[in-house]
Amino acid sequence: MSTNRIERHTFAILVDNEAGVLARIVGLFSGRGYNIESLTVAEIDPSQHTSRITIVTSGTPEILEQIRAQIGRVVPVHRVVDWTVDKPSIAREMALIKVAGTGEKRVEALRIADAFRARPVDTTHTSFVFEITGSPDKINQFVDLMQPLGLVEISRTGVAAISRGPDPM
Amino acid sequence: MDKTMIPSIKEMTGAEMVIQALKDHGVEHIFGYPGGAVLPIYDALFAAANELVHVLVRHEQGAVHAAEGYARSTGKCGVALVTSGPGATNAVTGLADALLDSIPIVVLSGQVATHLIGTDAFQECDTVGITRPCTKHNWLVKDIADLPRILHEAFQIATTGRPGPVVIDIPKDIQFKKGFYVEPGSVSHRTYKPPFEADIDAISQAVALMASAKKPIFYTGGGVINAGPAASEHLRELVELTGFPVTSTLMGLGAYPASDDKWLGMLGMHGTYEANWAMHDCDVMIGLGVRFDDRVTGRIDAFSPGSKKIHVDIDPSQINKNIRVDLPIIADAGQAIKAMIKVWKQKEYKADKKALAEWWEQIERWRAKNCLAYKQNGNGIKPQYAIDRLYELTKNRDTYITTEVGQHQMWAAQRYKFEQPNRWMTSGGLGTMGYGIPAALGVQLAHRDSLVIDIAGEGSVQMTMQEMSTAVQSNLPIKIFILNNRYLGMVRQWQQLLHGGRYSHTYSEALPDFVKMAEAFGCVGIRCDKPEDLDAAILKMIDCPKPVLFDCIVDQMENCYPMIPSGAAHNEMILCDADEEATQVSDAGKMLV
Repeated sequence: MSTNRIERHTFAILVDNEAGVLARIVGLFSGRGYNIESLTVAEIDPSQHTSRITIVTSGTPEILEQIRAQIGRVVPVHRVVDWTVDKPSIAREMALIKVAGTGEKRVEALRIADAFRARPVDTTHTSFVFEITGSPDKINQFVDLMQPLGLVEISRTGVAAISRGPDPM
Repeated sequence: MDKTMIPSIKEMTGAEMVIQALKDHGVEHIFGYPGGAVLPIYDALFAAANELVHVLVRHEQGAVHAAEGYARSTGKCGVALVTSGPGATNAVTGLADALLDSIPIVVLSGQVATHLIGTDAFQECDTVGITRPCTKHNWLVKDIADLPRILHEAFQIATTGRPGPVVIDIPKDIQFKKGFYVEPGSVSHRTYKPPFEADIDAISQAVALMASAKKPIFYTGGGVINAGPAASEHLRELVELTGFPVTSTLMGLGAYPASDDKWLGMLGMHGTYEANWAMHDCDVMIGLGVRFDDRVTGRIDAFSPGSKKIHVDIDPSQINKNIRVDLPIIADAGQAIKAMIKVWKQKEYKADKKALAEWWEQIERWRAKNCLAYKQNGNGIKPQYAIDRLYELTKNRDTYITTEVGQHQMWAAQRYKFEQPNRWMTSGGLGTMGYGIPAALGVQLAHRDSLVIDIAGEGSVQMTMQEMSTAVQSNLPIKIFILNNRYLGMVRQWQQLLHGGRYSHTYSEALPDFVKMAEAFGCVGIRCDKPEDLDAAILKMIDCPKPVLFDCIVDQMENCYPMIPSGAAHNEMILCDADEEATQVSDAGKMLV
């Protein structure tokens, strides 16, 4: 029978890059009441006009199974892969994080950024913009640490994911 | 090389391409309503009047429902043609209806010229945006070079796999532009590859499970109808071979002959006692082209708790959607049934005769409840009596039935005995009042000499009654048989059962004089309010060569039973008014509709 256990899954969806395809996928999620925690999309093969959409979503195992099946029947969809169950995968996200402050806080921000391998991509006497790449958890952690040090603004790309090993999705 | 294998390429306008594609896909009839943004297509249609019959409806909703009725009664694709803006938005109800009932239709809509899109132009709306969630797929044609491909893809997507409605939105400048038309067959879709044949291992497992069953049941649905008449033939063979009982959803009526003793009647909320109890108590359920709709399952956690469930459906998203199943088979229902027969014969399976005999004994005890019986009290016409007489007087004719939505629809589904597929057209999933009249027009257009009856309620009929004018103009002698109880009967029944008899806005204080209305439209009106006059009046309706509106005045307070109250299980049915006090609808049940 159904369980109420909520899981977070990352789906990769290979689609024809045609007008409205993103709206079809997003509309499916909103229309059926599914969550979207993050979404990224870009053309990946201009010669084939294919785009790849990566969606992080959450739900019970039953709902996640439905999400996958519902995406699969959208006409311009080539493939759907659930990275959380199908194969081992890597998920990465990039974020730009603006921190403003002076004195000890500013030094501390730079020190932590260094530990996280975030690099400053814009610097003034009173602010930094850090670029950080990593798992969503790592970025969350970094954001938490910047909070007391003058965090001003965050821009995150959402998750991109790919399988480990030599095979394609 | 065979010369016919080379696709010929001709230069023509976008509008001409539309007409050419319709012809190439075997379309002979379309339903539509002109307007500014489809004028070029209507102009091309003028030139093709000998090959394409166009029926001018009175509202675009009617055009789409008529296309649905046409599709359902023929197995072909229905086509509607509407203009931009309000033309497209009026078509939306029909599209949503066709999506939920898996009906193949192609709707062509005009759009403002491409350079005007996004400027809030006159009669502009975002048609692909609005229709995206109520179509299987849709397109906005931005380049004449894409039009032939899209036209052919549209027919392929609408009619194959799980059928459904598609929309092609064609800007006016594209209709005028010249381009090169390529014939169908020269186009293959990059991503759309619907399943068809069943996996033979899964079929073998299913058949083994069936052979071991002690209390089996076939639960069949619209997927069997959509799989074509051969699927219904195969279903009959499989039932004969196994000796199992068979029930069907509202959408599947006619796939199995209702006169046969293996037939348990429809299941679900207003299904028969025997069908619902057999579903509840079975040990192997064989779902064929069904989707475990909430009207069918009742309370999910009490749905057929002890059974192994086999589920055949062509749409993978239907598997485990509402009910977890044990053996999913993704395939065309007809193909799966055929494969089951083959395996059953090959392996020389025999049903467990002794267990099956006990199962049938149990079913006979349920049948003995005679759950569709009703009490004739008072002197008026009982709606059940009206359906029974209509059935008796039309059963030996070439009859097609459409319905509206409500009590009359359920009485028709319970009592009218369908022997063949494609004879029963009703709005099952969306529950669209106003479906029946235009659907009947579509059926009648495809079957000029047949008797086409819309079993209706006085409420539903008023939603699309302007289509009577279409019936007259196109000489489509449909019969609209209204069970007139002056109430929105099904809603009133729920108010009685769930809301303490507070009949909030369900009584029609004012109704048109339907006889005069029929006459005003150029149809024939007949009224009947006495049981003893009913047969003669129905015969008069049948014999009338014109469209008829039959105002059958019936008992106002009659309820439709049996009924599974919302939130209840199959074995908690109400059989008559006396039962209802014993049934408390739970708060959770009241949330359901």
